[in-house]
Parts: sequence; structure tokens; C-alpha cells
Amino acid sequence: MAEYRDITFGTDEIKTDDYFINIGPQHPSTHGALRVVAKLEGEIVQSVDPVLGYIHSGIEKMCESLSYPQLIHLTDRMDYLSAHMNNEAVCLCIENALQVEVPERVKYIRTIMDELTRIASHQLWWCASGMDLGAMTTFFYGLRDREPILDIFEETCGARMTFNYNVPGGLMFDIHPNFQKRVKEFLKYFRKKLPEYDRLVTGNIIFTERTKGVGVLSREKAIEWGVTGPSGRASGFSCDVRKHHPYSAYPYIQFNEKIGTEGDSYMRWKLRMDEMWESMNIIDQLIDNIPEGDFAIKMKGVIKLPEGEYYQRVETARGEFGVFIVSDGKKNPYRVKFRSPGFSNLLVLNEIVKGFKIADLVAIMATLDLVIPDIDR
Amino acid sequence: MGIRKKKLSEIESNDSPIISTHEGGSIVLANLDAMIDWARRNSLWPLTFGTRCCAIEFMAVGASRHDFSRFGNEVARASVRQADLIIISGTINYKMAPVLKRLYDQMPDPKYVMAMGACATTGGPFYYNSYAVVKGADHVIPVDVYIPGCPPRPEAYFYGLLQLQKKITKERYYTDKKRKKAEKE
Amino acid sequence: MTNEELKQVINLLTSEAIIKDGAQYLEVTLPAAGLRDICFKLKNNAETAFDYLFCLTGVDYPTYFEIVYHLDSTVYKHVIVLKARTENRENPFIDTVGDIWPTAYSHEREVHDLLGVTFNNNPDMRRLFLEDGWGFPLRKDYFDPIRIVER
Repeated sequence: MAEYRDITFGTDEIKTDDYFINIGPQHPSTHGALRVVAKLEGEIVQSVDPVLGYIHSGIEKMCESLSYPQLIHLTDRMDYLSAHMNNEAVCLCIENALQVEVPERVKYIRTIMDELTRIASHQLWWCASGMDLGAMTTFFYGLRDREPILDIFEETCGARMTFNYNVPGGLMFDIHPNFQKRVKEFLKYFRKKLPEYDRLVTGNIIFTERTKGVGVLSREKAIEWGVTGPSGRASGFSCDVRKHHPYSAYPYIQFNEKIGTEGDSYMRWKLRMDEMWESMNIIDQLIDNIPEGDFAIKMKGVIKLPEGEYYQRVETARGEFGVFIVSDGKKNPYRVKFRSPGFSNLLVLNEIVKGFKIADLVAIMATLDLVIPDIDR
Repeated sequence: MGIRKKKLSEIESNDSPIISTHEGGSIVLANLDAMIDWARRNSLWPLTFGTRCCAIEFMAVGASRHDFSRFGNEVARASVRQADLIIISGTINYKMAPVLKRLYDQMPDPKYVMAMGACATTGGPFYYNSYAVVKGADHVIPVDVYIPGCPPRPEAYFYGLLQLQKKITKERYYTDKKRKKAEKE
Repeated sequence: MTNEELKQVINLLTSEAIIKDGAQYLEVTLPAAGLRDICFKLKNNAETAFDYLFCLTGVDYPTYFEIVYHLDSTVYKHVIVLKARTENRENPFIDTVGDIWPTAYSHEREVHDLLGVTFNNNPDMRRLFLEDGWGFPLRKDYFDPIRIVER
């Protein structure tokens, strides 16, 4: 790999070695166990090679020996910050394959839980990436404001992070009687806190100098490399699955899909803050109108999907998540594939980081919002 | 009416570990032991090592509602040479195991290990039919305290931390006769 | 475009395709030799404009491997599923589509790592998650008595 330094007198050519550094699997800013081997010239990054596999657990192979309700419990652990949406993707896939219609109450509650999970995930993203860029305060503010959401989840679903609340056919149990009151209190509280976040970080001169113009991703590249979610929308790629292929209660509500044009880190940051406002508007439209009815329909004891292939797309906090089930009629699936948003988002890193410094590499990885167990499965 | 000091064998599980006596040595050495143990257990600084979902619960423990700096974990250090405690929060697989062993070897003594969550204890939800997961972090490094849960609540984490503190209280550096005899040989 | 119109477009482009109406999307099984040509035409044709490849999967069958491509169009919002088979299981080779949709380079690396299918002309065929010398775990005949605890 290394060439020797070759000083030839009389010419101006000095050959130098390539310098590789390793931002290893144990590092506070890699958001999980990701190893990045960066080739540098001085402090400027020439190319970047992510090495994956430090958290690979063989989930797809395990699913081939589990029954359908059992494999929902493993999808929680992949992208654990949007656990509710992952569960919902598998439940919707099974329900569409069996051509079963869930009650309206279930659709409304699933959508409200989705949007609360999205707000919680963006809060955690905000706190962790603020810390990457050096602002310790964002860590405490973000996690302080995430705790009321986790309290709401704990009262209704029983757990703080890995819920298992969705089952094929509906929900596991009905919502707590206090649910609507607590959600409305939380929305009132959070509407006062979000402008504080903006005043703290988004207008700060150090922050704008570090993120404007850094890591620009053009629209054509975003479509070619399959970058979805807020990272793709910041480049102008309109990819929101809630708008183009709606599911659950999304056909009944109005909301805007925010699209940016510049595609740099500042735009990605700003779009996620705007998405938190949109999520609150969606919950406002739904929280008072939850229809009465059952919380689940009766399904058979052993679920068997008819032969064929089924795909379901869902919008998680990171982008488009997909579940692909190949079934041969038995009670275990033949093949399950999870299309994770982080996989495509991470592997565009080499294209957008050329020519920037190491500190910019950290800023770009922070605004791409990666969760590594989602990539490695 | 004063506070009666309890012997180590009389301490029950809910007692505070501060009130104890160290027996088996002279007054100076026994009190020196007690002071060293007090200093070590109340200032454990953890390493930032989190792989899966338990890392988020670890971050929540460090934040403002449940605060681990009340128990001595003031800051979570990023460098291994400056940390006392490694909290394995998340799944360990065959590719990550040599990395974990290298981190443990680079830590200076005295070092302690806590296995947080079901994945680090025994492999967790990935025990059956998974080809890539090490079934428990204690196949790689020696573990002092196990905290079950998937993920464990912050209150469960604090119970584990207090149990580790009780374990440290029982260490005797100067008055340990067996160790001294082994060192002489 | 609806499924019927897509069927006509495919029939115009090639005569060897087996078209089936799946449960959700139109499924087209192509021979491996004509795959790249059809993919190129489907992407650049102004009426179909399939420019977004969102999922690439490998499935293991008893006598062959099947690679499944899910394509979407950002202009018309229609979805089609293409499938291609390798010839046998001992030496599975198939052409890459990475120069048409660059996201395929990384998905093909994953299929190579877990199933053992080699993609011709992919510049980066290293293993992704597992180390060199490991077998191919997602195959149905993968046997690992040391690491797997059977249930």
C-alpha cells in the first residue's frame, strides 16, 4: 500500500504516502458501532470508506425460523428510535397480504403514536448532533424534553423504547384514559420549547459557519443513490411516503411536505426542526377525533400468508423503510428483507465529503442522522 | 446514642455501604482500606461504549431527569485511559469482540465492568438461531455486575450501580492476607 | 401508467419476459442476459422514467438464486418489480446494474456477502458485514454448529 518517499533532485516532484486514519468503532460521535477509514492529505479528506458489520446480528436469517407475530418483536431493535413505525410496517404488510381491514380507531391511534415517535427521534437526533458539534447544552435540553413523551408511552404501551404495541390486526390493548389529556399538555409545553431550540442553535454564527455549504448533495445524486427522508428532501427530492403512498390515517389529514433546495448540512438541520412542527400539527388534527370502536380484530391463532411476495413502505424518522416478505404458504416466512433508510443514506458519504476537513466530516455524519443497527441489521 | 458500626457480614441489601468496618488488620491499614474503597466507589467514571438500544437508555440516565452524577459518575470519558468503568450496553458480535477485549486491556487498574441489558448478559433476543452474536459479554471479558432488562429502566441501572458500589466496599487492598502471601511467593 | 400499459411497454421491449400480476405490483421475470438492456431503456424512456431503485434483494431457491429489483419513478409514481435468475447455484454470476443506478453497488455488496452471488463489473466486490472466510449465512444449507444455538 505505501510507496516510499521519493525525492528526486532537479525536479519539483515529491511523492508522499497516503495517510489513513481510523475513526474507530468506539467513538462518541459515530452513533453506534461504525468504523470510518478516512484517507487524508493534511487535514483535508480525500476519500472515506465506511466499514460496517460491528453490530450485525443476523436478523434476516433469524426471521426465517420465527412466526409472524414473533418477528415483529425483532424489528423494534433495528431502528430503535422509530420502533413504532417499524412494527407498523410489518403489521401493515401482513394485513394487506391477508386483505383484512382494521378499524378506524386503530388507524388514528397508530398515526398519533407514529408522529410522537418522530418527535422523540428528532429530539434525540438534535441532542446527539449538537454534542458532536461541541454544544453540550443540547444534550440536556433534548433529553429533558424527550422524557414527557416517554412517560406517555410508558402509560399506554408499557415500555419506554421498545414497545411491541402493534400486532397484526390492531393494537395490543386500548389507550389509557389519560392519553388525550397528556398528549395535549405535552403539545402545549413543547410549542414553547421549540423556538428556544432555534434561538440556541440555528441562528448561532458558529453553527452557521460550520454547516452552510458543507456536504452538498444535489437532487440527481440523491435520487440515484436512494437518499430518502429529511436528508433527501433537503436536496429537492420529494420522497415522503406519507404523501405519495399513504397508509393508516394519513389520507384523512392535511400537512405540508417541506422541501429544500441547497442540499447542504444547514438545510438538513433546518428541515428536521420544521418536521417537528409539522408532526405537532398532524397530532392536533387527530387527537380530538379518535373514533370509538374496537382496538383489534380477531385473527386466527396461527397466521399463514398466501404464497407470493409482499412489500410495504413506511416513512420513519430517517427515511423510507420497507419490508419485503416472500411467503410459501407455511407459518414461517421464506425470506424477509428489510430495506433500511440508513443503508443508502450512509453509503453516499464518499460522494459528498471530498475536499472538506475532518471536523466537517463529523458535521456531515451528524446531519445525515444515522442509526447503525438499522444499517447492519 | 451513637451510630453503631456494623460488621460487613451484618449489612443487609438495602443498607448504605458507608457504615462498615474492615477487620483483619491494624487500625491504620484497615482505615486506609476503608478510605480507598470509599474514594473508588464514589468516583467511577464510565467509558462511552454503547452499541445498541441500551446506549440510549444510558444517555437518558446521564441526562437531567435521572442523573448519574449524583452517584459519582460525573462525566463519561471518551478515552479508555481515563475511565474506570466500562458499561457494555448493547449486543456484542464476533466482529466487535476483539475490539472490546482491546479496550478492556487498555484500561488501567482498578477497572470494573457492568453488563447492561439482556444482550450483554446472555445474548438477549438474539440467543436462538443467530450466527453472529456472542452469547453474553462474559465470554470476552470478566463482568462484575449484570443488569437484566431490554432495555433496563434507569432505576434498574441505579440498582446495579449501587450493587457494584457494595462489591467495591468489600475489597481490601492492604489487609488482604491471602493476596500478600501469594505475592511473596 | 397502469399495469396494463406497463405490460404493453415491456412486451414492446422484449419478447422473453414472463409477466405476472402480483398481489400489489406488476412482476416481470427476465432472462439474465437481457437484464441490463431493459433496465437502461426503462430508466431513460420518457414515458416510464424509472429512476429510483429502492430495494435490491437476493432470494435463495433450490436450483438458482433470484435477484429482485423494486423500481419507482419520481415523475409518474408507478412501481414495477423486475426479477432475474442466475443459472445455477455453484457459480452464481449476474450483471451489475450499478452504472445505471449507483445505489445498487452497495446493495449488491450485501447480496454477495450474505448469499455468495458475484456481480460482473461491480468495482467493489468486498465483503460488507462479515469477515473473509465466513460462509454465506443466508443460504438455506448454511450449517454452523459452533455459533448457532438451534431452537
